[in-house]
Amino acid sequence: MLRFALLRLLWAIPTLLLVIVLAFLMVHAAPGGPFDAERSLPPEIEANIAEFYHLDEPLPQQFTRYLKGILKGDFGPSYRYRDYTVAELIGGAILISLKLGALAMALAIIIGVCAGTLAAQRRNSLLDRMTMAFAMTGISVPVFVIAPLLILFFAVQLRWLPASFSGSTSGWRFLLPVIALALPQIAYIARLMRASMIDVLGSDYIRTARAQGLGTAAIIRHHAMKPAMLPVLSYMGPAIAAVLTGSVVVEEIFGVPGVGQFFIRGALNRDYTLVLGIVIFYATLVITLNFIVDVLYGFVDPRIRHR
Amino acid sequence: MNAGVLASRFTAELRRSRSIRICGGTLIAIAVVSLIGPWISPHSYLTTDFDGRFIKPTVEAFHLFGTDDLGRDLFVRTLMGVQVTLLVAVVASIVSLVIGVAYGAVAGYVGGRVDAVMMRIVDALYALPFIFLVILLMVVFKRNFLLIFVAIGAINWLDMARIVRGQTISLKQREFVDAAKLIGVSTWRIIFRHITPNLLGVVVVYVTLTIPQAILVESFLSFLGLGVQEPQTSLGALVNGGVGQMEQASWMLLIPAVLLAVILFCFNFLGDGLRDVFDPRRESR
Repeated sequence: MLRFALLRLLWAIPTLLLVIVLAFLMVHAAPGGPFDAERSLPPEIEANIAEFYHLDEPLPQQFTRYLKGILKGDFGPSYRYRDYTVAELIGGAILISLKLGALAMALAIIIGVCAGTLAAQRRNSLLDRMTMAFAMTGISVPVFVIAPLLILFFAVQLRWLPASFSGSTSGWRFLLPVIALALPQIAYIARLMRASMIDVLGSDYIRTARAQGLGTAAIIRHHAMKPAMLPVLSYMGPAIAAVLTGSVVVEEIFGVPGVGQFFIRGALNRDYTLVLGIVIFYATLVITLNFIVDVLYGFVDPRIRHR
Repeated sequence: MNAGVLASRFTAELRRSRSIRICGGTLIAIAVVSLIGPWISPHSYLTTDFDGRFIKPTVEAFHLFGTDDLGRDLFVRTLMGVQVTLLVAVVASIVSLVIGVAYGAVAGYVGGRVDAVMMRIVDALYALPFIFLVILLMVVFKRNFLLIFVAIGAINWLDMARIVRGQTISLKQREFVDAAKLIGVSTWRIIFRHITPNLLGVVVVYVTLTIPQAILVESFLSFLGLGVQEPQTSLGALVNGGVGQMEQASWMLLIPAVLLAVILFCFNFLGDGLRDVFDPRRESR
């Protein structure tokens, strides 16, 4: 088991390094420097700026400096938000983003697993068909369509819930962003869960359990649930990445002061260091969580470990 | 599975499944209207009219989808957006098809250690948050069409590579490959002239499933303001415009949003249905 985890770690580290190198090179291959857009400055001042941001050094030296900084949690200064470092900007926004993401994931897993199990249990019933039609819609409709539609109906038309996150202090402000973020994942998980539950319920050992007189509820709870959850567990990696991507949109639409909002602002302002820092931060998050899911999967399903 | 069997199964499935017919028909209808509509309408997609801002959808003056905050006709702009969205999606899918088929066919045919390393790389790339790298790419470089095609195509080739590899492994044990080897055809030629044409059926299905993913990425980028640039537009950009005006002009949000959802829904449904046609496990059920 330890060997398995170490092996996975051995793959995670170069992947992360690859992202950092790619992102770094991309930013430095940019036509024109980050300060070109402003009015032309005297060459002495330009040289000063370049020196301050270490832009005068050769590229490999800049990269090692940047990498060393990252290891210490220092992503350099922001190009646009003067007086702030990128780490400070991310650090100040991280809690609210994590809360949003974690709530959405929890909601998606709970509802998705329940809906999928119910649909599998009553296969081809009206409930099953409706769940699956809903799931297909949920997969097809992107987050940036769901989110404004939710606002339009629940905040603008019905006035039940606040439209903007920052304009309210009640706990209800989390509801719409979390739902918008969770809906596509609920849909995916419900479909996965239904398919794998149907598979498991058709297997021999379930028939044996049934022959021994166990009721459906007991069979699902004690025998079918765990193996049927495996595909859902292996979907957690992509799900985390999707929620992260979605959170960028959701934070922008609802005005949540999280990392995603800084990401968009940075992207539109061409704040290279900020965007670079957030890309690396997101990549680290995705790769770390993927690693954890992988190890967890190996823990639950011994067959994976000995491949 | 040879082409004849696939074709007959396909027509059988088409006859059996009403949802495939409806979804396919809807997509064709949307595509045709988006091509013809702008010719019929008297309006252009970029003429602004400050006396005619925020007109609700009406048949009067042919503003079927209303006008936006600059008085531009939304019927023409929406159809423009559909054209751009479909174009980007199809071209990006072709990019991912070319990369995925080449990569998967080589890995599958060569096999052994090369295959193991190539597939390990694919596994590792799965963990990469590509979308953020694409956003970075869009931020750093000028947002031109070509870059959008390539960038989106480069995201979606992983699944294709895996599927093509699996198919290639089963194809390379067939007699016609042995025959080609015997008469001294080179490895490259076998891969690209003998193996790849036989992958067609599977590839077509997965392209149908890649297209909605490409649409999703493109509209996501355009929604963020990083994709297609004004005065050009795409469905994602139109939704973004609608979000800003939804309290006073809900049609600006609703029409492109629903259209985008319908297009994605139809592609997903079509892909799902077609996959069933090619899924051998289906027969036992």
